Amino acid sequence: MVARASSSPLADPWEVLRGIADPEIPVISIVELGIVRGVTVNGGSVEVAITPTYSGCPAIHAIEEDIDAALRASGYSEVRVTQQLSPAWTTDWITNDARERLREYGIVPPHLVQATAGTHGHRIHIFARGVNCPQCGSENTEQLSAFGSTACKAMYRCIDCREPFDYFKPL
Amino acid sequence: MSAKFDYVLRFGDNALVLGQRLAEWLGHAPVLEEDIASANISLDLVGQARLWLTLAGKLEGKGRDEDQLAYHRDQHQYRNFTLLELPNGDYAFTIVRRFLFDVWHCLCLEALSRSKDADIAAIAVKSKKEADYHRRHSGDWLVRLGEGTGESNLRAQAALDAQWRYTAEFFEPDAVDRAVEASGEGFDAASLRDRWLQEVSAALAEAALKLPAMEKYVSRGKEGRHSEHLSYLLAEMQVLQRAHPNATW
Repeated sequence: MVARASSSPLADPWEVLRGIADPEIPVISIVELGIVRGVTVNGGSVEVAITPTYSGCPAIHAIEEDIDAALRASGYSEVRVTQQLSPAWTTDWITNDARERLREYGIVPPHLVQATAGTHGHRIHIFARGVNCPQCGSENTEQLSAFGSTACKAMYRCIDCREPFDYFKPL
Repeated sequence: MSAKFDYVLRFGDNALVLGQRLAEWLGHAPVLEEDIASANISLDLVGQARLWLTLAGKLEGKGRDEDQLAYHRDQHQYRNFTLLELPNGDYAFTIVRRFLFDVWHCLCLEALSRSKDADIAAIAVKSKKEADYHRRHSGDWLVRLGEGTGESNLRAQAALDAQWRYTAEFFEPDAVDRAVEASGEGFDAASLRDRWLQEVSAALAEAALKLPAMEKYVSRGKEGRHSEHLSYLLAEMQVLQRAHPNATW
């Protein structure tokens, strides 16, 4: 059994990584979040390059540990996780499927940075339009604070159904 | 000590010292949303400081990492602007300081994103995205305070008058600035002054606050000559690592 296991090809590391959920937002994987920037396999060893979302996001350490554990459990004897800063992460890399799952989870997905560029004045009221309530769909919402429970989210509330909710900020 | 090491330390120390000051608002901010905002902005800045200090350690080549540089340097070895180490004061003081710095920080990071040094440029591009949010937050509060009540306007104006003299340091190049600028890896500190003043003046006008007169005084925090306040800040921030060097948990 041992001989068979070692001679059979190891699992595709991308498949393994797609099974790792973001520690703060468990409905999307780290691959869908767009932070996995490269995977290099060399025999039984694998190197994964990831990029941080926000500079100070503490989840990055949990993610590194999760990657290490998952790939080792899939049979890789050596796992190296490196951080790559450039190009800087953008929410535009979040996949379309993941955006829909965020909405179902109650977090409004980020608008494309490309589409919001140029609307940013020196005041903070930048998300005035188009942040529809994930519960009732109303456009009648307001920002409570540009900073929320994690670095990536802003706090909103729906004026119609009165539910508070999160908006994933475009970055 | 290379000029580039010293130069990179300045950005790391600016972010670290302001991040530490903002963390002091945890549990004390005037409203819950601002408590959370201060903590988030602090976290961004400390994250940026880690990137800069790690790079500084690499440039120095003596095996010092981010923690060695953050916890085992004394006040004269810190390279942050004097403005950033001043005690928080009231919330108006904190917001005004943030705004004056945030406008400069965005311009600085934009300039550094064109650095010939790929590591400096990468950290600048990354940090700039976060700094844009910080600037809009402090800009928004500046207007709220200035245009708020008579009391909030008075406090914002007093904060501005007290802090204005410390901004001259942003734009006064020294030998370190000039050396790194000459190699194409830094920027001309004086060149940011006009845009900074333009943006700050526009926001102050909107906030019904009066632009103070420039003074001749120039603080020298970035050269390691600090006010007494930095040593108290460092004493609190470093106490555990100084008492138990290299402790981990």
